[in-house]
Amino acid sequence: MGRNVTKSVRKLLLYAIMIVIAGMALAPLGWMVSASFMPTGQSSTFPPPFFPKQFTLDHYVTLFTRMNLARYLFNSAFLAISITVISLVVDSMAGYAFAKYRFRGRESIFKLLISSMVIPAQVTMLPLFLMLNKMGFINTYFGVIIPGMASIFGIFLIRQFALSIPDSYMEAARMDGASDFRIYWSLILPLCKPILITLAIFTFMGTWNDFLWPLIVMTDDSMYTLPVALANLSLEHVQDTELMMTGSVITIAPVLILFAAVQKYYISGIMAGGIKE
Amino acid sequence: MLSFTDFDIYSLANFANARIIWFKNYVELFQDPLFWKALKNTFYFLLVGGPLSIALSLAAALMLQSKLVRFKGLFRTAYFAPVVTTLVAVAVVWRFVYHPRYGILNYTLSLIGIGPVDWLGDPNWAMPAIILMAVWKNFGYNMIIFIAGLQNIPEELYEAASIDGARKLQPFWSITVPMLAPTTLFITIITMIGYFQLFAEPYVMTQGGPLNSTLSIVLLMYQRGFRWWNMGYSAAIAFVLFAIILVGGVAQSRTQRWVGT
Repeated sequence: MGRNVTKSVRKLLLYAIMIVIAGMALAPLGWMVSASFMPTGQSSTFPPPFFPKQFTLDHYVTLFTRMNLARYLFNSAFLAISITVISLVVDSMAGYAFAKYRFRGRESIFKLLISSMVIPAQVTMLPLFLMLNKMGFINTYFGVIIPGMASIFGIFLIRQFALSIPDSYMEAARMDGASDFRIYWSLILPLCKPILITLAIFTFMGTWNDFLWPLIVMTDDSMYTLPVALANLSLEHVQDTELMMTGSVITIAPVLILFAAVQKYYISGIMAGGIKE
Repeated sequence: MLSFTDFDIYSLANFANARIIWFKNYVELFQDPLFWKALKNTFYFLLVGGPLSIALSLAAALMLQSKLVRFKGLFRTAYFAPVVTTLVAVAVVWRFVYHPRYGILNYTLSLIGIGPVDWLGDPNWAMPAIILMAVWKNFGYNMIIFIAGLQNIPEELYEAASIDGARKLQPFWSITVPMLAPTTLFITIITMIGYFQLFAEPYVMTQGGPLNSTLSIVLLMYQRGFRWWNMGYSAAIAFVLFAIILVGGVAQSRTQRWVGT
């Protein structure tokens, strides 16, 4: 009996702590959504309201009509989608080649790639900026897309996955007269589907959320991505709480919805990356 | 190489305008009190925020693995939601959460009798405020890796321990902690490297202020390189950043060998 009581007390306590943490994790996001529907100035009253007293969509309208938000949304979506598609093709080709083709220097090139992963992105930014400047890609979509076209992490992930594909599959296909590209396209890619989906999600979200690089490359207002535009607006419109919350909602919503839809792949991707090290 | 030149805005048009000045950037850098301030701030952020974030993720992972708890998926999603959000956007949100008068944080604290704190305006509180937000943003990520690590510990170990009559916390210290050591080390390293690159939070929330109390290394590098176009000087900062991360990485692989993974 006494044992059961202590067990339910412990259970209750555990739930209480977990609910408090969940509340703290979600409260800022909940408040952000809620404040985006408040009329201007309402969030700056005391005591601060958590829910809107009147419901308005004004700020959404303002952002799209006066603040050029559609353009930023397009820039963000265009860059994230094109980088995801291009890097998936490049990474899968390279990863497959590193796993299944024998060529001179394969191991040493792969080791070189892996060891260059320790170099933080910020270190390569200055030379990269100068290179792209020389090529005339500053303030263009290419300036963001070119550095994102391939990722070593992606090549690594796909190589590890492709290693588990038996050689006999490819030999059988070759016997049937399939070309190298055919084998890659109709055999390897379908087999790698799970890892490709995981990688696609990571790349899309990573590009969408990226800040420093687009901030450096995109110098013209019309080229800004959502995070860059939002950071800029928030420094100008410090007082306009509700408007800024609306901008944040629009920036965060696509990735949060995507995450909710494909949570399983995303979480398993992190777990795989964490264990393999 | 760039860090050995006085490359600046005038050289941007023509590379020939840059002169090689060897170590002058580094000499200047090491004599710059702002650089030391930024380095100190970054280490403050890393050494306080890192352990805090890791401890919270471990606690959350242990709770989510507990047999007493149901609705695990729901809690996991809630804890993980901040991770996938856009850093800039949540930094904008947190700036208002921290508002001294109308922010929900101070209001909540006032309900339990804690006086208003000027989170982002007080040099003593600005960095803790940024740490709190960073921990909020990323503890869910490490939590997932911890859960993966916990799931890898064979159940039999705990069964054997309970047959041997192990007491309450004993299995935690004698089984969970040592079995989790490689995971913890991995998490420590990725967290430290990630935290060392602190940038967007101070950029959006404080611009490095007040009184440079939240100026980070990467923010300094950005300001010098891409605001003042002092590329040579900025490259020197980048190289110092790289060196420190490299030393950290080597220390990590040494410890890993020592732990025996």
